[in-house]
Amino acid sequence: MSTHASHTKRSGLMDWLTTVDHKKIGILYLIAGGFFFIIGGIEAMLMRIQLIKPENDFVAAETFNQLLTMHGTTMIFFAAMPLIFAFMNAVVPLQIGARDVAFPFVNALGFWLFFFGGVLLNLSWLLGGAPDAGWTAYAPLSTTSGGPGVDFYVLGIQISGIGTLIGGINFLVTIINMRAPGMTFMRMPLFTWTAFVTSGLILFAFPPLTIGLFMLSFDRVFDANFFNPDNGGNILIWEHIFWIFGHPEVYILILPSFGAISEVVATFSRKRLFGYSAMVFATVLIGFLGFMVWVHHMFTVGLGPVANSIFAVATMAIAVPTGVKIFNWLFTMWGGRIVFSTAMLWAVGFIPTFVMGGVTGVMLAIPSADYQFHDSYFVVAHFHYVIVGGVILGLFAGLYYWYPRMFNRVLNETLGKIHFWTFFIGFHLTFFPQHFLGLMGMPRRVFTYLSGQQLDQLNFISSIGAFLMAIGTIVLFINIIISASKKYAPSSDPWNGRTLEWAIPYPTPEYNFAQTPLVRGLDAYWIEKTAGNKGMTPAEPVGDIHMPNPSILPLFMSIGLFIAALGLIYNHMTVTIMGIVATFICMFLRSIIDDHGFHIHKEEVEADLKGVKE
Amino acid sequence: MFAMLALLLMGCGDPTLSALLPQGEVATKQYSLMVLSLAIMIFVLLVVFIIYVFVLVKFRKRKGDDTIPEQVEGNHLLEILWTAIPILLLIILAVPTVMQTFDVSAKDKPKKGELSLKVTGHQYWWEFEYPKEEIITSQELVLPVNTKVHVELSSADVIHSFWIPSLAGKTDTNPGDGSKNYMWIETGKKEQVYKGKCAELCGASHALMDFKVKVVSKEKYEAWVDSFKKASGNATGNAAEGQKIFKKNCLSCHAVGKDGGNTGPNLTGFGDKQRVAGVLEHNKENVEKWIKNPQKVKPGNNMPNVPLNDEEVDAVADYLLSLKLQ
Repeated sequence: MSTHASHTKRSGLMDWLTTVDHKKIGILYLIAGGFFFIIGGIEAMLMRIQLIKPENDFVAAETFNQLLTMHGTTMIFFAAMPLIFAFMNAVVPLQIGARDVAFPFVNALGFWLFFFGGVLLNLSWLLGGAPDAGWTAYAPLSTTSGGPGVDFYVLGIQISGIGTLIGGINFLVTIINMRAPGMTFMRMPLFTWTAFVTSGLILFAFPPLTIGLFMLSFDRVFDANFFNPDNGGNILIWEHIFWIFGHPEVYILILPSFGAISEVVATFSRKRLFGYSAMVFATVLIGFLGFMVWVHHMFTVGLGPVANSIFAVATMAIAVPTGVKIFNWLFTMWGGRIVFSTAMLWAVGFIPTFVMGGVTGVMLAIPSADYQFHDSYFVVAHFHYVIVGGVILGLFAGLYYWYPRMFNRVLNETLGKIHFWTFFIGFHLTFFPQHFLGLMGMPRRVFTYLSGQQLDQLNFISSIGAFLMAIGTIVLFINIIISASKKYAPSSDPWNGRTLEWAIPYPTPEYNFAQTPLVRGLDAYWIEKTAGNKGMTPAEPVGDIHMPNPSILPLFMSIGLFIAALGLIYNHMTVTIMGIVATFICMFLRSIIDDHGFHIHKEEVEADLKGVKE
Repeated sequence: MFAMLALLLMGCGDPTLSALLPQGEVATKQYSLMVLSLAIMIFVLLVVFIIYVFVLVKFRKRKGDDTIPEQVEGNHLLEILWTAIPILLLIILAVPTVMQTFDVSAKDKPKKGELSLKVTGHQYWWEFEYPKEEIITSQELVLPVNTKVHVELSSADVIHSFWIPSLAGKTDTNPGDGSKNYMWIETGKKEQVYKGKCAELCGASHALMDFKVKVVSKEKYEAWVDSFKKASGNATGNAAEGQKIFKKNCLSCHAVGKDGGNTGPNLTGFGDKQRVAGVLEHNKENVEKWIKNPQKVKPGNNMPNVPLNDEEVDAVADYLLSLKLQ
């Protein structure tokens, strides 16, 4: 095995296209996710401009439906999901003391599948119209929608969904198998725990989506009748399948944000996480209960009072572990020395915002009251409070916190605080009034509203808030651009971190840990620091390090499926077959070529170690 | 804060549309449960916010303080406390929740004394059938005060959702015979015209799928039923000219009185309506605007452009506006 010499270094673009390094894949996820986040944001702004006054004609009705569909789909599948994968990639292997994920090749494949799925979906804007049936794509609106839009939706999500599924499996295996010596499950940092539970949710939630999308695409492309009531199909099957996936998806998104918040709150309070085991238990419980509540999205579809009551009570139960988390964060700060860095500001802003989203969630769990809330702006307010106020604020906290680890530079704190305050105030200004708009009778997904219904002022306020959020986001991008021109940060541990990822020098070596660290408890690095040690105690002598080879195959496999999907959409079966054949050839090559990876030799590692010690 | 202030200035919205100003039994019940849940939730919010503010003020790092705080692992009593208290609060909420879920649900047949109504959603209009009275109308529902109405809901095309915020929460209208839904409404004691909405994305003009619910006195309701059943759709003057054109061009989809098709809205009593196509102000100009180019008013709807010249459109508009029941 050790006969394989060091591989030749690839440079520039080729390096990024072929990388299987979890750190680089994390950066790719971050950039791609950030890109789609901007697109989704622009779509949101166009909608808020349309709704700034009654009977506005800024965009047409058809266009508005495309915007709302694309905004939701893009933000959930192509912004929030990849941003979560960005941090999971960048952080989890480091936090558990691993040199990479379990399947680096699969990791790269997961990224490229996601990326081409997103590109495919967004191409619909240029190729005959975007999907317009909502991100939920309820049949028969979705099955009968004219134009290719919904086909782009189905196949775009299908392709990226495969990427997400294999990504989730990869992290499950990584976390189970690749923890450093001493890193027991109950010593894992909470972010890793949430990444673990989220990956488990992905494993069980995405297959139903895959099946549902297959059925939907068969209905559309091959005139099947799964959801066609005229021929014995049933539209409710789609709703069930979609929400059996869709509700866990919410927890897939929020749990890693909980994890990031837990790390940030503990670090900047200078305290260990209060009630760690309760936090772990709450995380697992939320993940478990997340599969038991999907019908609360369907209270008004007529399943009857028995089903509605059961799912109402199950939904309310989720408030309990979530409350446990909130109080544990508060008591982590209790007695601490809270430093209000930008990352901590996001975490501190997250807590009340998420609680507000949580309490409206309990209100929505009441079926009879939900008949009023459902599909009104009240729901729009609620899920933006949990997804922007929860997921996105958590991700921003994580971004400012882990940015130095990912890019070796610290983001500017002043700009960061401007970003926080504009975004945070803008967020509440946008979404708080929407609770009342819903209660005052405004349905969601409306491209306009008539004047004289007392909905004008609150819509105006909401649109102004959206502009503030946009300004905040622009400040973030300025900050990122400025930071790129800066030198490396002076310390590889800028926050006085507690977990393993901060024990690694700048820049992070390709192999992460020259010697696998020995973990002696929760907050492994903090334990060594308080014991007066310079770094982690190694668990092994310096030796050759086995590394995976980069490969272009994941990229080609994904392009193959991308081409196949285009063929399906435009009914050119030869193109479809060519695309699928291309993917199969790549898979065949991957199977037939023995790739043992390469070794970084002991001498190189030792040289690196010396260079670091300065 | 701004939003709160704006809200206080505005009250709780349009009294014919807002779920915060409920009328009738169902909406009132739903409102009371909203208030109960909101009260519990505000209590939770207050507890969290008070601890939150206290912690942020008291435990912020002071200048020059570089001490390391005690690394507390946790506290069993606290964990039990903030598990048990929320469970208690949720039980307080869950009991009336389950009770009311059954209370506001409806069986597939009307109970004794309930007015029976069939609602069918179409892209983008509502069809209302009174099976006992043998009346089919559209867009404007007429109901007597203080009456329980049993509603059967279905759809002719995609999923819609039938919502009268002032009177009751929404229920979806599903296509397909096996997916019919049922709900009940109580009309309250006020004579009032309420606004109704479609609450499920149903296509391009989903936002324009408004309807009206006219709650009138029992006498007026009886009179309306009588005159509806007697309506002949005959007219005089320019309107009679319009009637001829209507018979030739429109009757295959639109019924007036007993005659006509049912793929489009029934136009009996059109002259009494509050809105043209549910959204435009009710005047001749708008009727003509609609007939000339329905797609411009409600994009994606199923009405074709009927090849009529300006005079013919004028006559048809006159005819339609002459169709009054009172």
